[in-house]
Amino acid sequence: MSGQGKDLDRRQFMQRAGKAGLGVAAIGALAWWGHDSKGPDASLGASPSVKLPSYAVAGREKRLAIVKSSHRVPALRAGLEALGGLGAFVSAGHRVVIKVNAAFASPPALGATSNPELVAELVRLCLKAGAKEVVVTDNPINDPASCFELSGIGPAARQAGASVVLPHPGAFASYSLPGGRLIANWPLLWGPLKGADRVIGLAPVKDHHRSQASVCMKNWYGLLGGRRNVFHQDINGIISELGRMITPSLVIADGVVSLARNGPTGGSLEDLKPTGTMILGTDQVAVDSAAVGLLGLKPEQVAWLGLAQKAGVGATDFQSLNPTTVELG
Amino acid sequence: MRITWARRISQAFFLALFLWFCVVATVGERLWQLRGWPVNWFLELDPLTGLTTLLAGGSLYAGLLWGAATLALTLVLGRFFCGWLCPFGAMHHFIGWLGSHGKDLKERARRNAPHPAQQIKYFLLAFFLGAVASDLAARLTTGQGAAFLAGAAVIALVLAATRRGAGRGFYFAAVAVVLALWVAWSLAAPRGGASLLAGLLDPIPLASRSVNLALLPLADSPLRIAWPEPRFYQGAALIGAVFLSFLLLNLWRPRFFCRYVCPTGALLGLLARFSLFKVGKRQARCGGCLDCEALCEGACRPAGKLRPHECVLCLNCLSDCPEGAITYQAGPSAAGEAAPDLSRRRVLAGLGVGLAAPPLLGLGGLLGPDWDPRLIRPPGSLAEGEFLRRCLRCGQCMRICPTGVLQPAGLSFGLEALWTPVLNMTIGTSGCQPRCVACSHICPSAAIRPISLAEKLGQGEYAAEGPIRLGTAFVDRGRCLPWAMDRPCIVCQENCPVSPKAIFTRIAFQTVLDGLAAGPATGGELALSGRALRPGALATGDYYLAADGARARIRANTGATVSLEPGPGWQAPASGSPVVVQVRLQRPYVDPARCIGCGICQHECPVSGQRAIRVSAENATREPSHSLLLKGAGPV
Repeated sequence: MSGQGKDLDRRQFMQRAGKAGLGVAAIGALAWWGHDSKGPDASLGASPSVKLPSYAVAGREKRLAIVKSSHRVPALRAGLEALGGLGAFVSAGHRVVIKVNAAFASPPALGATSNPELVAELVRLCLKAGAKEVVVTDNPINDPASCFELSGIGPAARQAGASVVLPHPGAFASYSLPGGRLIANWPLLWGPLKGADRVIGLAPVKDHHRSQASVCMKNWYGLLGGRRNVFHQDINGIISELGRMITPSLVIADGVVSLARNGPTGGSLEDLKPTGTMILGTDQVAVDSAAVGLLGLKPEQVAWLGLAQKAGVGATDFQSLNPTTVELG
Repeated sequence: MRITWARRISQAFFLALFLWFCVVATVGERLWQLRGWPVNWFLELDPLTGLTTLLAGGSLYAGLLWGAATLALTLVLGRFFCGWLCPFGAMHHFIGWLGSHGKDLKERARRNAPHPAQQIKYFLLAFFLGAVASDLAARLTTGQGAAFLAGAAVIALVLAATRRGAGRGFYFAAVAVVLALWVAWSLAAPRGGASLLAGLLDPIPLASRSVNLALLPLADSPLRIAWPEPRFYQGAALIGAVFLSFLLLNLWRPRFFCRYVCPTGALLGLLARFSLFKVGKRQARCGGCLDCEALCEGACRPAGKLRPHECVLCLNCLSDCPEGAITYQAGPSAAGEAAPDLSRRRVLAGLGVGLAAPPLLGLGGLLGPDWDPRLIRPPGSLAEGEFLRRCLRCGQCMRICPTGVLQPAGLSFGLEALWTPVLNMTIGTSGCQPRCVACSHICPSAAIRPISLAEKLGQGEYAAEGPIRLGTAFVDRGRCLPWAMDRPCIVCQENCPVSPKAIFTRIAFQTVLDGLAAGPATGGELALSGRALRPGALATGDYYLAADGARARIRANTGATVSLEPGPGWQAPASGSPVVVQVRLQRPYVDPARCIGCGICQHECPVSGQRAIRVSAENATREPSHSLLLKGAGPV
């Protein structure tokens, strides 16, 4: 050994040994830190769920107003008046979420989506009532940006002073409906709902081949993410669970013109039918039960209404709520 | 200010403008959205896009006229496009400059010395022009004309080959004859196969494609300016890898792509030889310091016999010569000029291989018997043969598509279709939205011709033709829930945007539980025996109890009873009589006379992997030979 170059002196040796020792310790520590004797889980377990509060306004339960009118904006105003004014629902400083139906990239005239003028008016009224922020949102079926632009909802809502929230991966959180069978560990459009004081549903009245009708309760479908279409296997079950999921402050069914056939997409003016009615209320089952009549259906013919009533969401016998009827002509 | 600073500012400006155009190619009215920005301007300025589409497609479409301006200006100024304007060139220039950092003068001069590989770009140009010329010849001539043309080509090739002595020339001539005969045979029985392959290496389409489909989706995913949701592009890794490779090769040789590969540079170089103004020396001799060679972007030997066809007008030599010996002038360099060192054989070989490429590609049968039904092209696309003659593969249509359904075709679609737009219904946010014609208006070469919404939807003056069909949806009954699994669904029918819907349903009652016998009925409740029921399982509104040809919907059930909603003709079955539970299924059917092939049904189908309803290109409007239905036949 000696004779091959310069021998290390003790000090140098100790230094080198110290560095080598640190290296060994570092490798050991890294390996220890990263070591896993069991291997990964199947990762199929439940993920923590966000909690949805009730957005209902105390003392305003079971209110229903039916407005007969061929114009949407006056109908909305009269209907809200009949319910005690929007001020009874929205107070100063509130963060209000309006869940519209912007499902399809279709122009407003075809009636497959919430009417933009109606959305704008509702936004303005909320702001007038003192709302700090009004959020308009939906997770549409077609391309989200196209849906909000083509339906006119996006520009109208922005112009009226609302912020429009489009779905994006960061906006979803896992949600499980307490006692729910279908909505379990499912992505929910949580971003816009977070911190909301009031949630208002605004949906057109539409024909639907699978569920017979699509009104306010089915409109909550647009708060789900993921491959939510699997729920169509049990359409009545999912609509009733959606009714349990969201207890809204107020829902508005716009049946001034209904999409009476070829729903829920429509696509032709011939699919529309003037039905001259707007229904507003705090019991979504009652509102929808009144609305399906515009499509020529009786509430007992519509299975999801029965299931929702059975689940305690509301009453299919909407007359039992003594609705205020307003005739505007 | 030194002229090189003017050049740098120009390069930075046009590179920024190019990137800005890539960002603003978003449907919308805001400042950073499309509005009226001329987002195709760089593609149009590139004269190779114009020349190749003119030769292959037969016309110089709209803004491609700008290419003529580039050519004209090149005849006056030289290759200003390469050194001052080309955004891809600016990227190469910058990275090459980084790569030269820290290298001494001698090494830099060595890296910037002319290299025989600079010929390659001319051969590539010859190849790409050959590939469109053979098709042009096939279109101009038929049968005997083609044979005549090929014969003339053979004679020309033989003459060319034998001019430089015998020996190798003989073998070359033999190869040329074989090649020419091949072309002649192919032209006599054309199979198609023409493809605008130039787009693969044409610098602006290459840069557009790379930025649109690889760089921007990565950069934008946290910003969400270009798209509200993160974008996916199939096979973007390959597009990005080609782009990155060309950028990194600048570290080895500055302006690697410009010097060795760029077919547009080659085209401009051929003209720059004859340009009015050129860089050149004032006097034949100078100090020989090689400062100019160390900074030369084009590898054009400014210190010696200058190669004006390689000069990209970076003007570093002019700016940095300590003696002021270099100038930009109307006459040739005082030290003399070198003509392109091009072997005629190689150019002809490039041309010949190019001529042979379309027949070779045509052998694949993609334009004939083996047409690919997955090739669902954007609305307004020309018939496949014409489409391939015009598509630049620039990625503009895929960039602007609001849903991201337009995707670059991968190699599985054939070499001739590589990176051309194809609809992939599963990857984007939707299928092709009926009320959108964005791709047809952005396409710089009219491979997707501009269409109006009325034409796409078949309204107004287009009512007689009906809507533009991209293909037809087919239900895969082996995967469809109501067809194969006794589960209700019809998401496809719900989402069909056509009115009246192209997907209709027929109702089937399918027995799912048998071996049951009716028990006593009390009120609306009926006791059942024979097997236990899962409580609540039949309460979904889709299950019925059937007996004696009549049915009653099941409202609710316990383990041994069902609560019924009687239907027409229903009578409570006698105690002990057999009953069955049936599920009511709406089974989807496609009406091919209505289906437009938008793929929204496919996108929404809950069978999330291989969908149970899929669009393929049969019955697409653009290919009458692939039509499915007889005119005037059918019940309605």
